[in-house]
Amino acid sequence: MIQAFAFYLFAGLVIASGAVTILARNPVHSVLWLIVAFFNGAGLMVLVGAEFIAMLLVIVYVGAVAVLFLFVVMMLDIDFAELRAGFIKNFPLGIAIALVLLAELVLGVGAWRAGAIALGTPAGDAAPLLGESNIENIGALLYGRYLFLFESAGIILLVAMIGAIVLTHRGSRAARGQQDIARQNARKPSEATINTRPEVGQGIQL
Amino acid sequence: MIPVFEDWGMSYETAWFVSTIAGILLIALPLMLAVAMIIYVDRKVWAAMALRRGPNVVGPFGLLQSFADGLKVFLQETIVPSAANKGLFLIAPIVTFTLALAAWAVIPFNSGAVLADINVGLLYILAISSLGVYGVVMSGWASNSKYPFFSAMRAAAQMISYEVSIGFILICVVLWAGTFNMNGIIEAQRGHGLGIVNGFVFNLLLFPMWVMFLISSLAETARAPFDLTEAESELVAGYQTEYSSMSFALFWLGEYANVLLMCALNAILFFGGWLPPLEWAPLYWIPGWLWLFAKIFFFFFIFSWVKATVPRFRYDQLMRLGWKVFLPLSLVFVVLVSGWLMFTRYGEAI
Repeated sequence: MIQAFAFYLFAGLVIASGAVTILARNPVHSVLWLIVAFFNGAGLMVLVGAEFIAMLLVIVYVGAVAVLFLFVVMMLDIDFAELRAGFIKNFPLGIAIALVLLAELVLGVGAWRAGAIALGTPAGDAAPLLGESNIENIGALLYGRYLFLFESAGIILLVAMIGAIVLTHRGSRAARGQQDIARQNARKPSEATINTRPEVGQGIQL
Repeated sequence: MIPVFEDWGMSYETAWFVSTIAGILLIALPLMLAVAMIIYVDRKVWAAMALRRGPNVVGPFGLLQSFADGLKVFLQETIVPSAANKGLFLIAPIVTFTLALAAWAVIPFNSGAVLADINVGLLYILAISSLGVYGVVMSGWASNSKYPFFSAMRAAAQMISYEVSIGFILICVVLWAGTFNMNGIIEAQRGHGLGIVNGFVFNLLLFPMWVMFLISSLAETARAPFDLTEAESELVAGYQTEYSSMSFALFWLGEYANVLLMCALNAILFFGGWLPPLEWAPLYWIPGWLWLFAKIFFFFFIFSWVKATVPRFRYDQLMRLGWKVFLPLSLVFVVLVSGWLMFTRYGEAI
């Protein structure tokens, strides 16, 4: 009973906060509602027993991605009139994307119902090893059966990251102030300050 | 606790409900009391190191100072700036405070004495502490004021940066313990050093991790010397500038509850949590939660000691320490620890 209640609570909140995300007038509010949606999605994951995925959802999406998103949106200088005009212009495109997503959902669920693709082999060696925690199951799968796929995903991400850094770091190095931390740390007070006792009215030679 | 309530004639569901509520109260109420007392301790330690007396007027030795302060802010008027985004402005301190309490759900106080004994306990802590930045960012933005906004930007960058290296440090501990469960991590430390000392810190590969974790936890809770989010010389009071009365007090309580949580994590991950320091039977006569409290208190003393003695970092130095020193070092240690374990523990598997 309590599970059904929790499911409907989380599912309802996901849909409601998703709707408010696109209805909210203020972009910052939109991002915050999106975070609520993520959080409730994590709640649903816990309910189906995928607590590792739930925690990753919160750590990665809510804790890192959405923070950066919020960061950017907060810095925006928002002109609401322009935003409204853009809404009308982009509305057909948005509807088209929504229709594509809906079609994919229907197709995916239909295919799953039809049982055309057997996810996991009949022998069950891709299925979760029952009786162990799902961290161990995911680890055994990622680092065993799907090792090369996993590693290649990692390499693609690494290349993308380095590419982004190179693209944004093109300016000449000499133009930017470079700090030599070792030199800063090695500096002693005696090199930077002098202690004198000048005569009154004489001043000191610098 | 559930069997106790079942003995009183409740059904399992009711017993579960009642015992969970009782567990939450048993953690939250003493935690609030501990926060009040720890603020007093912080001020006393700070005063002693500055050769002052510290709070000594309210109650014996000034022990009731925090309660007097709490009553004072409770009676004040909540001022909401007219340009502020009202809803977010009022929600932000509540978010900070709630998250600070929520993380304590997985902290074990004794063998089995934990509210939620989940097998992803450490990930849960990481998730909750990564959420902590929202309270600060929301308050900075909703205040619609210059300095709080700067502070919020700083806080967001700082907390994300140090979370990355904390994540790698935790991975080293988890690799050695072989579990994400908090009680499992503590049990793995039993007799870790030469079979007599309890704690991962007495391990040549994990000791540097502890040093980095201690420094990162100072940065993660924005305590001195990393308190750049509330650097009063440049940002007035940081993200709390526009706050008053109870909404300010919630930030205050949440911050200290987070500091206590980080002290508890230091104790649990590296110093054996509720285990006594030495594997010696008479030390087990003292209950486990007392050992945990003693360790938390010890780490809190280190925190206030650092606060009283170390000058504030510059912001670029803070970022450099996080990204160019801690991140590569912790990555290297992940490789070292996993390599060592592969060599000694899981060697026969390959």
